[in-house]
Amino acid sequence: MKIYLDNAATTKVDDEIIKAMQPYFDEKYGNPSSLHTYGQEAKQALESARETIAKSINAEPSEIIFTSGGTESNNLAIKEIAFTNRDKGNHIITTKVEHDCVLNSCKLLEKLGFEVTYLNVDEEGFLKLDELKAAIKKETILVSVIHGNNEIGTINDLDAIGNICKEKNIYFHTDACQSFTKVPIDVKKTNIDLITINSHKIHGPKGVGALFIKKGTKIGAYQHGGGQEFNKRSGTENIPGIVGFAKAVEIAKKTDLNKIEKLRNLLIEKIEKEIPEVKLNGPRKKRLQNNVNFIFKFIEGEGLLIKLDDEGIMASTGSACSSKSLEPSHVLLALGISPVIAHGSIRFSLSKYNTEEEMDYTVKKLKEKVAELRSISPLWSDKNV
Amino acid sequence: MYNEKVMKHFRNPQYVGEIPDADAIGKVGNPTCGDIMEIYIKVKEDIITDIKVKTFGCVAALSTSDVVCELAKGKTIEEAEKITKEDVIKELGELPPQKIHCSVLAQEALKDAIKNYREKNK
Repeated sequence: MKIYLDNAATTKVDDEIIKAMQPYFDEKYGNPSSLHTYGQEAKQALESARETIAKSINAEPSEIIFTSGGTESNNLAIKEIAFTNRDKGNHIITTKVEHDCVLNSCKLLEKLGFEVTYLNVDEEGFLKLDELKAAIKKETILVSVIHGNNEIGTINDLDAIGNICKEKNIYFHTDACQSFTKVPIDVKKTNIDLITINSHKIHGPKGVGALFIKKGTKIGAYQHGGGQEFNKRSGTENIPGIVGFAKAVEIAKKTDLNKIEKLRNLLIEKIEKEIPEVKLNGPRKKRLQNNVNFIFKFIEGEGLLIKLDDEGIMASTGSACSSKSLEPSHVLLALGISPVIAHGSIRFSLSKYNTEEEMDYTVKKLKEKVAELRSISPLWSDKNV
Repeated sequence: MYNEKVMKHFRNPQYVGEIPDADAIGKVGNPTCGDIMEIYIKVKEDIITDIKVKTFGCVAALSTSDVVCELAKGKTIEEAEKITKEDVIKELGELPPQKIHCSVLAQEALKDAIKNYREKNK
């Protein structure tokens, strides 16, 4: 049995989406900038996809530009707003729990002479509005705050942040990669200037995303060339990917989010009931419907992850010790969790394909594996002395 | 990320646990990565006759701690003391670069146990 619980990393591409993309590889393979029949077919597909995606956030098609994904959209938004509006000021505000692509874009800007404020969050991961207000100064040109947190699922209040930014006439960008199609966004009602969204978190293909840029926003080109994507992002558009992305948005509208939320709650409830010394990271309310993140105290996440994988259960460790860095997750540390405890975190992220049986099996195996690792952990035996 | 040998020691460790009447215990911890190891040794006529380890740490930490025990068992105190992190890595074949420090930790835990043993038997 294979149980995939890493949907915040990426998702299975829906069969219907693969079917929708197929003709754009081998039949309608033209370049949308070409004037002939194949080119115009591709152009039509591109503009129709743009319309679908614009509609999903109540934007105009001309406010959507396609990119290679969330990382590029975030880089584009942050760097280009900074570069283009430098005459107005050099100060940017973000939070300590952003995705690395936001944080590392900000670090680059710091090297280039910009000043960045990294706001603390509360213990559930929410931005503190009063701290945001206090951090704003006359040089502030951009506020970038994640919508749904990729590690712990916290959903920030875009309306409240948007109102503060509008009042001060500051651009507001949000990274909505994890929340897109899960938490509704209406750009006519909420004051947001830039929104990062992507395809592969919603059962679309990898390598495609978009950036909403509100009409009138002062922002320069990120990639220079033939002038595609309203001259903001040159390069031949990834038509099969974009078609797949739009199809994914259409299908996502029909997804039963309540079912996913119920499974999430079931998983949380069972873990808390069956396994001692655990801690849920992130909030219980205002949480992404598909996100579960637990700390299993006295053990390290990586070993647990591999033991679960041996049983066919695929999750992810919040602990970056599994990757190239040895530091525990910057998100968990920002919540005030100690490094040793933060190393024991595991994220389970669900999708529409998961079932109740899978949750039962996962908790059963999880209970066994946690106990196994605790039995060989000096911290567990010290605790029981 | 890890080779088969590392995974073998992680999945089927031969030396995990503790020795209730150990002759000495070595304890080390690395706050950066958060790894903590405790090695228990039983010594008879200068030879390490039994050895067990408890580890809080990642896959590399769990695996290297098992390998250090394997290398030390049956050796004299003097021989065991000479085990280096290179010996541990050689035994495992390779470790990802960011995990090399785990092999250092395992070897330090063993050294600490030996130091502890010597102090007790002065």
